Amino acid sequence: MALNALEQQALVEINPSQAKPFRLTDYLRLVRAASVVLFVVLWEYFGRQVNPLFLSYPSAIVKACVQLLIAGEFQRQAIGSLGIYAVGLGAALVLGILLGLLMGRYRLAEYLLDPYVYALDATPRVALIPLLLLWFGLGAPAKIAVVFLSGIFPVLMNTFSGVRTVSGGLVDVGRAYGAGEGKIFTKIIMPAALPFIMAGVRLGVGRALIGIITAEMFTAVTGMGALLIRYSSAMATDKFFVPVIFLALLGVILSGAVEALQRRLAPWKETERAL
Amino acid sequence: MPGSLDERLVRELSFPRERPWSLYDHPNLIRVASVLCFLTAWEIYGRRTDPLLLTYPTAVFWAAVQLIRSGELFRQLLVSLASLSVGFGASLLLGVGLGLAAGRSRLAEALLDPHINALYATPQVALTPLLMMWFGLGFSVKVVIVFLFAFFPILINTASGVKNVSGSMVEVGRAYMASERQLLLKVVFPAALPFIMAGVRLAVGRALVGMIVAELFTAITGLGAMLTLYGNLFETAKMFVVIIVLGLLGVGLIQATQALERRMARWKETERAVS
Amino acid sequence: MLEVRHLSKVFFEQNDPQKPGLIALYDISLSVRRNEFVCLLGPSGCGKTTLIRIIAGLLPADRGEVLVNGNPVTSPGRDRCMVFQQFGLLPWRTVLGNVEFGLEIEGMGREERRDISRQYLELVGLKGFEDYYPHQISGGMQQRVGIARALSKKPDILLMDEPFGAVDAQTREQLQEELLKIWAKTDTTVIFVTHSIDESIYLSDRVVIMHSRPGRIKEEVAVELPRPRWEGDVKADPRFAQLRARVRESLRE
Repeated sequence: MALNALEQQALVEINPSQAKPFRLTDYLRLVRAASVVLFVVLWEYFGRQVNPLFLSYPSAIVKACVQLLIAGEFQRQAIGSLGIYAVGLGAALVLGILLGLLMGRYRLAEYLLDPYVYALDATPRVALIPLLLLWFGLGAPAKIAVVFLSGIFPVLMNTFSGVRTVSGGLVDVGRAYGAGEGKIFTKIIMPAALPFIMAGVRLGVGRALIGIITAEMFTAVTGMGALLIRYSSAMATDKFFVPVIFLALLGVILSGAVEALQRRLAPWKETERAL
Repeated sequence: MPGSLDERLVRELSFPRERPWSLYDHPNLIRVASVLCFLTAWEIYGRRTDPLLLTYPTAVFWAAVQLIRSGELFRQLLVSLASLSVGFGASLLLGVGLGLAAGRSRLAEALLDPHINALYATPQVALTPLLMMWFGLGFSVKVVIVFLFAFFPILINTASGVKNVSGSMVEVGRAYMASERQLLLKVVFPAALPFIMAGVRLAVGRALVGMIVAELFTAITGLGAMLTLYGNLFETAKMFVVIIVLGLLGVGLIQATQALERRMARWKETERAVS
Repeated sequence: MLEVRHLSKVFFEQNDPQKPGLIALYDISLSVRRNEFVCLLGPSGCGKTTLIRIIAGLLPADRGEVLVNGNPVTSPGRDRCMVFQQFGLLPWRTVLGNVEFGLEIEGMGREERRDISRQYLELVGLKGFEDYYPHQISGGMQQRVGIARALSKKPDILLMDEPFGAVDAQTREQLQEELLKIWAKTDTTVIFVTHSIDESIYLSDRVVIMHSRPGRIKEEVAVELPRPRWEGDVKADPRFAQLRARVRESLRE
């Protein structure tokens, strides 16, 4: 908008300093980029000075990445890990949501099961890994069990508390309009609990990822975790960072995907509850 | 608030003096029954199974007695707690410190957050082999791993807590001419405390996981090492003892943090009741 | 039409099932004629919400009974419909979806219930808002959705539990007027819970005044102000002032 005559005159009178003084906080994006670039450069510089058995540096990691991808070994292991992850997580989601719904809605189910749920949830699941390996061996079943146990509890607990928080008011609305138990479940409880369920799914997806990495590291036979162990015991620090980066990207993509799903499935939810 | 009038009317109307007996008024009865059934079934089934694979409750009990008598359990618990507390203490100090800085100064945030986000996205277990290469298998590597696991939730929650402190509260401080230091200590920090404590609660659980992971892999001392050791010896009963101790530790730590959280954020009104 | 006979209800203490905590209703008797507009008025804790919930069939009584057209009420039925205090809208459904809810539960086909719902949305003045989510519209509009949803089932009795308690004063007056207009068009019996003296007199044919500890009916006051009441300023009518004084006196004792 152009200034009118009166404003022009006022501007001359006020005579604010012509240019805004330079402030670093006006260029935060630049600072961010500089911070990253500086870090990479320093890493490259110092990394090259240090014994490569101990620390790698960015350009070496990129080279190792290309090498591994061409050899094809990396992809094979990644696919193996992802398959196990998908099976374990799928089972965790299905059973977690089902049990959560049951326990949330029926007090008998709650009282029967909650001692175990709380006990298992409180026990750090990593502590169960040696036991699970003992039971299921070093193959896929043990890893699936670890992924399943890592992923199920956040889903179950969130579904449960979602069902519990469905306000009695909404259930009353259903009843007042003549809905039976089945319709109350499908038309009131499930949609109302959905945002909670999705929050649980997001947590579960992350935990299950940690589960599979730990399990594979421990068995050290196949998969991403095994690669981590193999490269670190071979002191191949450059190769070591390739699965690390892959896993980080996987984590970001998965949680991004769940968030997108969450927005799609629960568009009515204005804001998320803070953790 | 049964007033005398109410009491009299109850008599007069010959209302039922008490609610009819219902199983649901005694949830602990159901719980105890459920647990007893489970333990009995486990005992019977466990005794018939190969003791190398599955143990049973009484065997676990005697293993516990043995481990407590010999002092081994206590010794290893202390070792574990030492690395847990040092690592967690460090992450608390650094997490809150950097979190305050990142929340308060946009410059500090821009400098830090690319790195924080990248590290937070990386599943931290994946880094443990590298850390063991760098720090060996002793006390220090456990401290570092615990630190790494616990640090991010504290940092991120502190920063977002500080950013959430409403502008009007800060303006009150400014209007009373508080210095930046006073503002930080008397306004920003207390206002962000509930967020920080939520981060601490998350971090405690993760610190415990970090400790176990570190000990599982270093397999020299601590409760996690006991798991690995007894796993290799097929002593399932002793493994269960350790798992139970870890579970109790987890429950105890979480409960303690929650109590602290309630104490430190007493002014915070309880969660909005959903009608 | 509606007959409440010697109704009583006791709530037991949450933690101690042995102990009667509160006598919410004590020997309530009330009869409502077809097409009558009755307000239940009283302070909080007098059991008026409990009473309307029992009439709706959402809560069982301990003593006494509720008859609708001679049939005892044991559960919610299609002859009665409830408008809730906090609107009771399902946040994951659009405005139209919310209005459809009641008909959907009855098993009506999609096309038919859409048509009917649209008609009722138009009746409450919400044409054009079909695809909004509840959180995107104001409290007053949300309650119009609640009213449209209840009316869509063409209930004999419309039960309203402080429906305008959660909206601002201006919207409230507007909604009151619209409710009267809608009521005049349909032949519904209305039972309306409120704790506002003015609201009860402005709306109803009869104000039922309730007291607490224990919850019971103190008095019934007939409101013989001319209808329609939205034309001119009924509240300035000296008879309105007299009624207000009388009701206030009765509430105070």
